[in-house]
Formats: sequence, C-alpha cells, structure tokens
Amino acid sequence: MKSKLDVHSLNSYYGGAHILTDVHLKAHESEVVALLGRNGAGKSTTFASLVGLVEKCSGSVIFNDEEICGKPTHEIVRLGLGYVPEDRRIFTDLTVEENLLVGKQPARDGVREWTTEMLFEFFPNLAEMRNRPGGQMSGGEQQMLTIARTLMGNPSLVLLDEPSEGLSPKIVEEMASAILEMKKYGLSVIISEQNLHFAKLISDRAYIIEKGVIRYEGTMTELAQNDEVKNAYLAV
Amino acid sequence: MDFIFIQFLNGLSSASSLFLVASGLSIIFGVTRITNFAHGAFYMMGAYVAYTLTESWMGALGFWGGLIAAAVAVAILGALIEIVLLRRIYNSPELFQLLATFGVTLVIQDLVIQIWGVDDLLGRRAPGMKGAVEIFGQAFPTYELMLIVLGPLCLGALWLLFNKTRWGVLVRAATQDRMMVSALGVNQAWLFTGVFTLGVFLAALGGAVQIPRDAVHNAMDLQIIVEAFVVVVIGGFGNVLGAFLASFIIAELNAFGILLFPKISMILMFLVMAVVLVIRPYGLLGKAEAHPRTALGSVIRPWAPLSKLGKNWVLALGLALVFLPMFAGDFLLNVSTEILIFALFAASLHLMMGVGGMVSFGHAAYFGLGAYGTALLVKFLGLSMGATMVLAPFLAVAGAIIFGWFCVRLSGVYLAMLTLAFAQISWSVIFQWDDVTGGDNGLLGIWPDAWAADQTSFYYVTLAIVGISVYAIRRIVFSPFGYTLRGCRDSLLRADAIGIDRLRIQWFGFVLAGSFAGVGGVLFAYLKGSVFPDYISIPLSVDGLVMVLLGGIQTVAGPIVGAGVFKALSTFIISHTEFWKIILGSFIIVLVVAFPQGIVGFFLEHFSKKKDSIEEGKS
Repeated sequence: MKSKLDVHSLNSYYGGAHILTDVHLKAHESEVVALLGRNGAGKSTTFASLVGLVEKCSGSVIFNDEEICGKPTHEIVRLGLGYVPEDRRIFTDLTVEENLLVGKQPARDGVREWTTEMLFEFFPNLAEMRNRPGGQMSGGEQQMLTIARTLMGNPSLVLLDEPSEGLSPKIVEEMASAILEMKKYGLSVIISEQNLHFAKLISDRAYIIEKGVIRYEGTMTELAQNDEVKNAYLAV
Repeated sequence: MDFIFIQFLNGLSSASSLFLVASGLSIIFGVTRITNFAHGAFYMMGAYVAYTLTESWMGALGFWGGLIAAAVAVAILGALIEIVLLRRIYNSPELFQLLATFGVTLVIQDLVIQIWGVDDLLGRRAPGMKGAVEIFGQAFPTYELMLIVLGPLCLGALWLLFNKTRWGVLVRAATQDRMMVSALGVNQAWLFTGVFTLGVFLAALGGAVQIPRDAVHNAMDLQIIVEAFVVVVIGGFGNVLGAFLASFIIAELNAFGILLFPKISMILMFLVMAVVLVIRPYGLLGKAEAHPRTALGSVIRPWAPLSKLGKNWVLALGLALVFLPMFAGDFLLNVSTEILIFALFAASLHLMMGVGGMVSFGHAAYFGLGAYGTALLVKFLGLSMGATMVLAPFLAVAGAIIFGWFCVRLSGVYLAMLTLAFAQISWSVIFQWDDVTGGDNGLLGIWPDAWAADQTSFYYVTLAIVGISVYAIRRIVFSPFGYTLRGCRDSLLRADAIGIDRLRIQWFGFVLAGSFAGVGGVLFAYLKGSVFPDYISIPLSVDGLVMVLLGGIQTVAGPIVGAGVFKALSTFIISHTEFWKIILGSFIIVLVVAFPQGIVGFFLEHFSKKKDSIEEGKS
C-alpha cells in the first residue's frame, strides 16, 4: 500500500510550552487510522500541527511525497489534506449551501471530485435544509455539515477531530458508515478519539498518544485484545 | 412644510456618500479587524484625484469616467498599502494596525497639501445635472437627486456581491471565523487585500461624488472619519445594512439638528451614539461576538516586577532626569517638562487599555477636565497652586466616574467609541460655554506660584509629581487589584465565574486611569499658562493612543518610552521642517514594521530570546 502521510519527529510548542514530542504517524491510501488518547493528550494539537495551525512546530510531515511542515495552512489544505476541527466551526450566519461553497476547491488528479449534489446524497439530512443558516442546526447536523464542507475541497486525506463527540448513538452510527463510505472512495481518514468503541468500528490501525508522546501503535485488532495498554492509556 | 421636505431630501443625499464611506470602513473592520484610521484620508484622496481628472477630461464621459477612475486609482493605492504595510503586521496586537493607518493618514495629509496646495478647490458641476428639479415649489438640484439614488443602488450592489458571489460568501465567512476559512484552503492574504481594496474604493468613491457639491479641502478627512466611525458603531460593526440605516439617521440628524438644536448640533450624533450603545451595546443590527476578543490579543509574556537590569535602567533614567537642569537650557527643559507630562498621560491611558483592556479613543477628556479644573479654580476662586493641584483633578475624577459607569458596560471598539463620544461631548460643552470656559479663546494667565515659576523649579515639581504617579500606577499594576483588573481583561467569563464583580473593578480602574490623566492635565495647564479646547480634543486622544501603541501595549514600561519617543520626535521634526507630517508619519510606519510589538516589546523579546538560549545551553 502506498503511504499517504508520513510524520516524523514532529514537535510543537504553544507559547513557551512544549506540547508534542517527536510524534510519528503514518497513513496509507484508503486507510482509516485512529489517534487515541485521553483529554489533553495532544490529539487536537497533532492535527492542528499537521495543517499548520500552531505557532511553532518542527519535524517532517510528508504528504503525497511532499514536505509540508512549515507551509501556510491554505497551501497545505489545497494539496488535498482536509481538516475538520473538533469544535466544528460552522459559519453560523451562512446557509448550508454557502458553508459548502466556502469549502469548494478545484478538482485534483486521481481524487474523487465532490459536488454539492453528491454531498446532499451522501448526507440526506443536509439536503432538506440547504437554505437554513448553520446556526440553526443541531449538533449532529452541524457535524455532518462540517465534514461535507471539508469534502468540498476534494481532499485525499481527511483529519477528523473527535467526530463522535457529543452526538447521539444513532448519529454516531451514521457517522461511522459515512467514514467507511469515504474509505471506499479511496480517501484516507485519520480520526482522533477518546472513545475506543467508536474507533474500533471503523479503524484499521491505531496510535495512542499521551502527554504529547506516541505510546503505542498497532492494528486495531491487536489493540482491542491488549488489555494492559487499554488500561494504561485509555481507561478513565 | 415644503422647506422641511427639502431639508429631508438634503439629508438623504448626504446619507448616500456617508454610507459609501462607512460601509467600506465596516467591511474592512469586519474581516481584517483593522480599525482603518486612514479611511478618511482615502475619502479625501478620492475627492482630490477626482477633481484633477474631471478638470482635465472633457465632456460627460470625462466627468463620470473621472469619478470612477479616481476611486479605482485610490483603491489601487489602498491595495498597495495593504500588501506592503498591513500584511506584515496582522499578527501584531490588535489596534497596532490602527497605529500604522494613522501613520498613513499623516503622510497623505501632507502629500495632499504638497500636490494640490492649501486652497479650497471648487470642482466641476456634473454635465447634464447642472439644473434643479422643482419639488413642492422649491428648487432641488438634480445632482443631489442622483446621489439619493446612488446610496440604495450601492447597497443593492453590495448585497448582490456578498450573497450571490463566491468571493462575497468567503468574505462573510471570514467575518465570522478567519481561521476556519484558511483551514478550508482559502488564502487569507488575498482575501484581506481584496476586502481592503473594496473598502478603500467605496471611501474614495464617496469622496469623488462630493466634488460637485462641496469644495475640496485638506481637512475633509478628519471630518468624515469621525462621522463614519459613529455610523459604523451605530449600525453595528461589519454590518452593511446597519451602516445604511445609521447613515440615514446621522445625515438626517445633521440636516435637522442645525435647525432644531443649533447649540448642540455638533454633538448631536455623539449623543445619539451614546444612547444607542447604552440600549444596544453592539449597534442597531450588530451581534455580540461569539468569541469576545480583548484588544490585546494574547499576552504571552506575563508581566513581572523589574529585574535587576531593569531597576538599574530606571535608576539611570531617574538620575539623568534629576541632573538634567544642570546642563539643559530653558527650551530643552520646557520640552522635557512637556514630555514628562505626556509620559504620565500615556501611562494613565495604558492603565486603562493595557491593564484594564478598555481601549479609549477619548482619553483627552480627563486630561482636559484636569486642565480646565485648574483654570476654573484659579480664575474664579483664585486658589494657590498647591490647593489647585489637589482639587483640580477631581473634575477629571467626576468625569471618569460618570462616563466610566456607561463605558464599562460595553467592550472592544464599542467601548472605545463611547469614550470618544463622551470626550466630544465634553469638548463641545467647553467649546460653547463661553461665559465660563472662554470658548475658543480659552482661559489665560494660569501661572504657577512664584516659588515654582521659573523653568527649573517647575520642571522639578513636574518630575516629582509624574515620578510619584508613575510609581503609583506601577504599584497598582502589581497589586491584588491590578491582578483582578488584568483577570477581567483576559477572561471576563472566568472572572465572573470566580465571583469578581467585574463592572465595579473595571469602573474603578477606569476612574483611576482618568484621575491620573487629570493630574497630567493640571500640570499641563500650569506649564502652558493657559487652557484651550484643544486639550480635550480628538487629536490629543489620538496622540495618547500613538504613544501607548508605539511603546508597546503589552509591556508596562511601553507608554513611558512611547511618550518620550513620540513627543521628542514630533517636537524635533516640527521645529525643523514644514513637512513634519510626512516625516512623522513615515517614522511611525517604519517603527510599526520594525517593532511589531512596540519598541519596549521588541527589546524584551530580543533580550528574553538571548536568555532562553542561554538556559537551553545550560540544560
């Protein structure tokens, strides 16, 4: 399998604090990878560092055979690395369709090209509220919209920061099938999760991060059977 | 009745160009968060360039083409300024961009005089619109009618732009969440340039369409910028429809105010703004921001009491100041006294905006009240200098108590604009209350007592009072009250959550800052021997802002250094050249680019970097 994203010795700082220490991470084509860890372990910072949203970071981030560490955010995203932040950040004053329009980017070679209509088929809920302002949607609907908005940029890899957080079980199920569907289309997906149950449903491989350091990596099946690791890093 | 209707139409036509200017200002602020002080200067440039073009291009096409071409030319200039200057400082503390645009304003003001001279210029009348239409038996100029239509037309065009084009949707998205827009692959830099250019285009167009109505002159910028700010605040920042409504209100207010309340016509719009803000703290159509921002951005380096090195610097500066009269002549002493007074003024403003997080655009109010308190006590009660110095600041305190009560209920630019409104109201009272304040002529003959009358003695009096006051401000910053005040600045929510009565804390901080400014005003009245309405005017408030920002708002020592540098520079430049505005403006621009954290901020950064690397080396 071809490597999509290859992260080596990534270090990040916030103000004077050293948040990530020598983080490494890999994702292949059409693979779902889970980045697991407790609250405050450094999951969101890892994602933010990958798309160039932290003040200071160093190391190597190879995306599609290209070094992207240090590039400005919009350039990284335009190379096909989609990012869905944890707090969703819907444009509340904009309608659903306008939110999607903001995410629109030109088609990219070898990557599925999304249109508004395709996404409305993909997330039927959204189709019914095209003209509703983002601020008047439920949490689940907003989460769908934020993923759809990122897909409008025709990414080949998507970073999903805690996609199941705060959602009802039924919506979580829909979310899981949407992610598997994306994988089917050839996208790579990296999700960050505290919730092992959700990650288990969809991920091929997993990393565990704690205090900014990667403590474990392996296939999801291995991790599911490894009670020692689960208790050490994930149990509350 | 007929007359009233015509007056109403006059108001409408003024509303149009006011709307053009204000909507541009509003859009720029909404997306880039730049408080564009140069907006009035672009408006003025638009008028001047349009004048030149319409004079040289013939015919109707030449006239209308000239207006459009002028707006386009100025917009290109605006784009260049954004790319070359503003782009470098988007990451500086908010308001630092205000300083940069202030520098640009100074440069443009002088350039305009160099290119077009100081005389008023009367532009060409619009071809085909020289006549008048009869409305209710009264003649009403055709051109004015055209302007009335222009406003709604532009509103419609802007609505289409923002709702029906992808670029417009991006702009609206960026108004809400800039970071997310770039996380979706949009290049913010060009979006900002585009928005800034559009805003400048609107301002310049607003200026260009004025030329058949009014003489073009070099004070157009200040007049319009204040009005435009008021409009934007009343309408709600970033809201174009709000700007439209507010332009209508303000223009009609101006049209009828002069008839109904001639005495207070000058401050009517400030009164209305104050009322609107008290009832709706975010303007008529504005919304509370989801993430309230402090004026400072994040303070990364917590303030600490002076290090040994810092103490040595202060000691050296103190000694130098004490021994200064031994080798300085009267002129230098006079200038130094003035710099000391402004250092106190800047330090008090910093207490309000740097420590308290309440940006003031009208800090001169308290300075001026202190000065007028002095003059009134001396003139009407004949008090000695000692008694006056104790009592006079209380006029400033009283002002700060009343104004502050309203102001602390707002935040951000709205708060800043309310402080400006109160300052203008105070100015207007002083300017128009001839019997007591002497109006425009001021009050003369306020001299220190005999023992302090010579330059050296008064210098020492000033040095002592300023020294004690600045020390007191510093103690306040590092007192429990100072911590609480800074806590309210950094996070209102958390301050609320731990039971801090933030309104009272901020109110008290506001009053403290006002009283120190008042002390400065007292000293200034004695130094000059007279008081004038200038002491309470907008330019003085702006000077204060420039000093604080130039020195570095994120540092405690910044305002003192900023006041010294700014005042010394301007005094030196003014006494050496008539092009002082160009030179001072360029200086400010260079300083802004060279020291994006302010002068003191730059040196702290520089020193601490060295320190960090030493520590790293050890470990």
